[in-house]
Amino acid sequence: MSEAIVITSGKGGVGKTTACANLGVALASLGHRVVLVDADIGLRNLDVVMGLENRIVYDLVDVVEGFCRLRQALIKDKRLDGLFLLPAAQTKDKTSVTPEQMKQLVDQLKEEHDYIVVDCPAGIEQGFKNAVAGADRALIVTTPEVAAVRDADRIIGLLEASGFENPGLIVNRIRPKMVAKGDMMDIPDIIDILAIDLMGVVPDDEYIVVSTNRGEPAALAADRSKAGEAFMNIARRVLGEEVPLLDLSEHETFWQKLLKLIKIE
Amino acid sequence: MFGWFSRKEQSKDVAKDRLKLVLMQDRLALAPHTMEQMKDAVIMAISRFVEIDENGLEFEWKGNERKKALVASIPVRSVRRRGKAND
Repeated sequence: MSEAIVITSGKGGVGKTTACANLGVALASLGHRVVLVDADIGLRNLDVVMGLENRIVYDLVDVVEGFCRLRQALIKDKRLDGLFLLPAAQTKDKTSVTPEQMKQLVDQLKEEHDYIVVDCPAGIEQGFKNAVAGADRALIVTTPEVAAVRDADRIIGLLEASGFENPGLIVNRIRPKMVAKGDMMDIPDIIDILAIDLMGVVPDDEYIVVSTNRGEPAALAADRSKAGEAFMNIARRVLGEEVPLLDLSEHETFWQKLLKLIKIE
Repeated sequence: MFGWFSRKEQSKDVAKDRLKLVLMQDRLALAPHTMEQMKDAVIMAISRFVEIDENGLEFEWKGNERKKALVASIPVRSVRRRGKAND
């Protein structure tokens, strides 16, 4: 049976789109048919993160308004079998689609795909309502910062009010060294506050910047970065596998050890 | 180096404490459904003793993030006769 998953956060800039792209790539590389839906109408970004921006002909609003058929608007990702993108419109705004239309669209996509991964815009207004309309499951992305966790809590409240059970949490941009020093909230701290299930932890990784520059999501080469590996694990957990959390501790180099020694003495 | 010894509180604990306070506020303001349920329960309880004007009912949170108070204004139409309270 197909499942629609919405990736949301409340706060902007925490890595929703990156999480969405990587989850899609990871699910497809595990052999599933996946459509990524960019629900951020007017501020589309999933296309560039995926590196598919040059192949857009039609978009989500064109489909909803009947200017083209759904299949015509789907961009096939040539790097992976069974991976597609439905881009958002860039020149329209959030009100050009209704939650009912989004639900219909997602239901239609479910006919031919195993997973529909919806990239939700920041905020809690119409765009959010559209993005969650057709979803069966919600994943919330947050970073270990006060503002992001607060917004995540608000989103969890709204999701629960609209009937979502057990939304999962992705903690993005964890910096193990800062956590070790007590200068960054740790995973148990965040889980304790938000009281939801943890779906994954993604380290702050420079490779994400490089991969976004290139339009090649990190999960395409999951063995090359910790972040890519982390997203791969999240995909496995979405599929119901039990996967232990990634070991994010960095091994100290000789020089780091020496510096520490000097500091202590 | 010396800062390491004199550090009082880790910044993550500050973050956690601040979050807990702000979320308590957010969550209280944010649960209209719970608020409605509570209103209904209060109306039911009070109506056993006095006849109230349900439309004039007002519930409000007052206070700051450390101390919350629920202030209710309940207009009373008439006091019920004694025996009724046991219904």
